Amino acid sequence: MDAIAAQPGFSDPGRDSQKVFRVLMDAIARPGTLGKTPVALDPPAGLGAAAAAIGLALFDFETRVWLDDKIGSDEVAGWLRFHCGCPLTADPAQAHFALIGDFGSAPPLSAFMQGDPRYPDQSTTLVFEVPALAGGLPVEITGPGIRDAVVISPVGPDAQFWSAVQDNHEQFQCGVDLIFTAGEALMGLPRSSSVTPKEG
Amino acid sequence: MSTKNGTDREPDRRRWLSVLAKAPAQDVIFAWEALPDRPAFTALRPPENGMVLVRGRMGGTGDAFNFGEMTVTRAAVRLETGETGVGYVAGRSHRHAEIAAAVDAMMQSANLRAAVEEAVIGRLEEAQLQRREVAARKAAATKVEFFTMVR
Repeated sequence: MDAIAAQPGFSDPGRDSQKVFRVLMDAIARPGTLGKTPVALDPPAGLGAAAAAIGLALFDFETRVWLDDKIGSDEVAGWLRFHCGCPLTADPAQAHFALIGDFGSAPPLSAFMQGDPRYPDQSTTLVFEVPALAGGLPVEITGPGIRDAVVISPVGPDAQFWSAVQDNHEQFQCGVDLIFTAGEALMGLPRSSSVTPKEG
Repeated sequence: MSTKNGTDREPDRRRWLSVLAKAPAQDVIFAWEALPDRPAFTALRPPENGMVLVRGRMGGTGDAFNFGEMTVTRAAVRLETGETGVGYVAGRSHRHAEIAAAVDAMMQSANLRAAVEEAVIGRLEEAQLQRREVAARKAAATKVEFFTMVR
């Protein structure tokens, strides 16, 4: 028998997952815009409300999830297993989703599942929990879903990380998709977006 | 992950969960409402309906076969005192599953256990035994013995 999580999940799983899915879909369709979790959640310590909502809405028994050391406490791992029934993996290259709380120790983007030209959907979606979605190193993103260009500046990534994100974009249609979360806020950065450092 | 739920492998817990799962929803709700002090609880997993595949063995000893699917409802709750419990019950009653989970949690609390055992589990178990005995007697009355002539 599974251990029981100490924190509740969605109060109305069917409707709540659909609301979260809608917000996520908009966030991925319009990279760089800010979204907010539409449901109230009381997730275990270490997991932001938006990251938790993504987990509850998207993870199930068929999605392998990779957790970094900062997020992957026993409490969070137990909570995900109880509510989502998702298998956890220690191998980033096997993960459908990754929850990352620490940029410093995270494996490079290329270490995750990149997809295959025939099945580009078979790649990892990385969820980065950051302190804030604005105030960090600014970069300009362009691409589908973005009129002209948008400047984003989540707190955490450095120039080296952004250059890895650009490398990831250049191998389109393969590559990973990123979602930044901070508390209840979230922002999508799919592989289709091109990233350039913001001058000045 | 087994600190608070260290009773997972206790045969006792298996017994009371089985009693709660098989009892008629009305009996469980009635026994619950007759309890003098019922603790407040929050839903960790709100009640949800689902199906399980029931397997059986011919005569209790033969090869396992798929008997059929049955509707079950499950829930998980946390009491205000911190104990967590699960309820998996036959049928579609959300209330039944929720109460079963709350009773499971109460049975894990050293203070509440004896009272709940007597007022809920004991009563339900006795009713189940009686029903079973009546059914067994009715079935026994229709039993036909087949004899084979042996020379």
